[in-house]
Amino acid sequence: MTNDAWPDAVYDLLRANRVTQICYVPDAGHKVLIDRSLADPDVHSVPLTTEEEGVAMVAGADLGGQRAVLLMQSSGVGNCINMLSLTQGGRFPFLTLVSMRGEFGEGNPWQFAMGQAVEPVLKAMGVIVLRAEQPSEVIPAVSAAITMAFQSGQQVAVLLTQRLIGAKKF
Amino acid sequence: MAKLSKLQTATLPDAVLDRRQAVPALIERPGDFLMVAGLAGTAWELSALTHESPSLFGLGGAMGAAPMMALGLALAQPKRRVLVATGDGELLMNVGALATIALQNPPNLTIICVDNGHYGETGNQDSHTGLGVRLDVIAAGCGFPVVHVINTEADMAEGRRLVREGGGLSFILLRVTEGPATHDGKKNLVPHIERDRFRAALLG
Repeated sequence: MTNDAWPDAVYDLLRANRVTQICYVPDAGHKVLIDRSLADPDVHSVPLTTEEEGVAMVAGADLGGQRAVLLMQSSGVGNCINMLSLTQGGRFPFLTLVSMRGEFGEGNPWQFAMGQAVEPVLKAMGVIVLRAEQPSEVIPAVSAAITMAFQSGQQVAVLLTQRLIGAKKF
Repeated sequence: MAKLSKLQTATLPDAVLDRRQAVPALIERPGDFLMVAGLAGTAWELSALTHESPSLFGLGGAMGAAPMMALGLALAQPKRRVLVATGDGELLMNVGALATIALQNPPNLTIICVDNGHYGETGNQDSHTGLGVRLDVIAAGCGFPVVHVINTEADMAEGRRLVREGGGLSFILLRVTEGPATHDGKKNLVPHIERDRFRAALLG
């Protein structure tokens, strides 16, 4: 898969798996998914003011019988920590796609602290972490995460790594 | 000793209602709603009010979660009326959720903020609303189409009507005095049991 085709394929995969609530704090790495959710009349596209709102919303969607996904940047993972006690304690299915900063080729020193903490923080709160480093790895990783979350009731994050999406140019 | 002063902009009258009567009087028949209640007082009092109905998800932690859980639920269940009861402390922790919810504008959602102006679970410290921060003004500024403040018994009838009939996404500020919420003696809310129970009752 080419480097510009996977975002559309991820959107199609989410929709084929009945995800109907898509919430996000905007990030360049999620631009295609956000734009497609806004153009999709069968989806609730929900911009958040902070990522932890999305953790709670995903749980509420599950209570009502819908599937949701949270899109965020790595910095937003830090904003979610205590809210993930809801996800873990309630055994809510949880799927998040995290666009990474603060790793491969990062040019902004502010991004490193949280970027490097993403995996240990998520794991500490009971979230399983999958990584996609190459375009060919994205669909298998998201597909696996969908099964783990919605079929097995797990909490799963797919990290869309900086090697995959490219370091931001300043 | 440091002391926090009331804001000079604080204009609401002192609260007079007792939550132990006011919350049941406002909700009346809880069986008509899907409900989320935030920690701690609102979860205890709705749990007591509903006798632990499966249509209630009560939070004992994850402070700030209740309004956004209710949004996800209201979007998923557009034909049901969804109520969320939350304290002033919890709402303040994630006050941006009001902006997020207003943008979605689900007509079947009512937020009831049981505002006692204090952090009742942690030593009764003044909260920001107790010192004059206006959550009703914040909700209106976020774009809530319906905002109603209940200061006295005289404001209750309109509150009850809004809870039942809506008329759009609603924010009700129920101002109550300090003092304990109704608690039926239950020790703990177990989140995964609540989830399973709620979903089984709603979704089969």
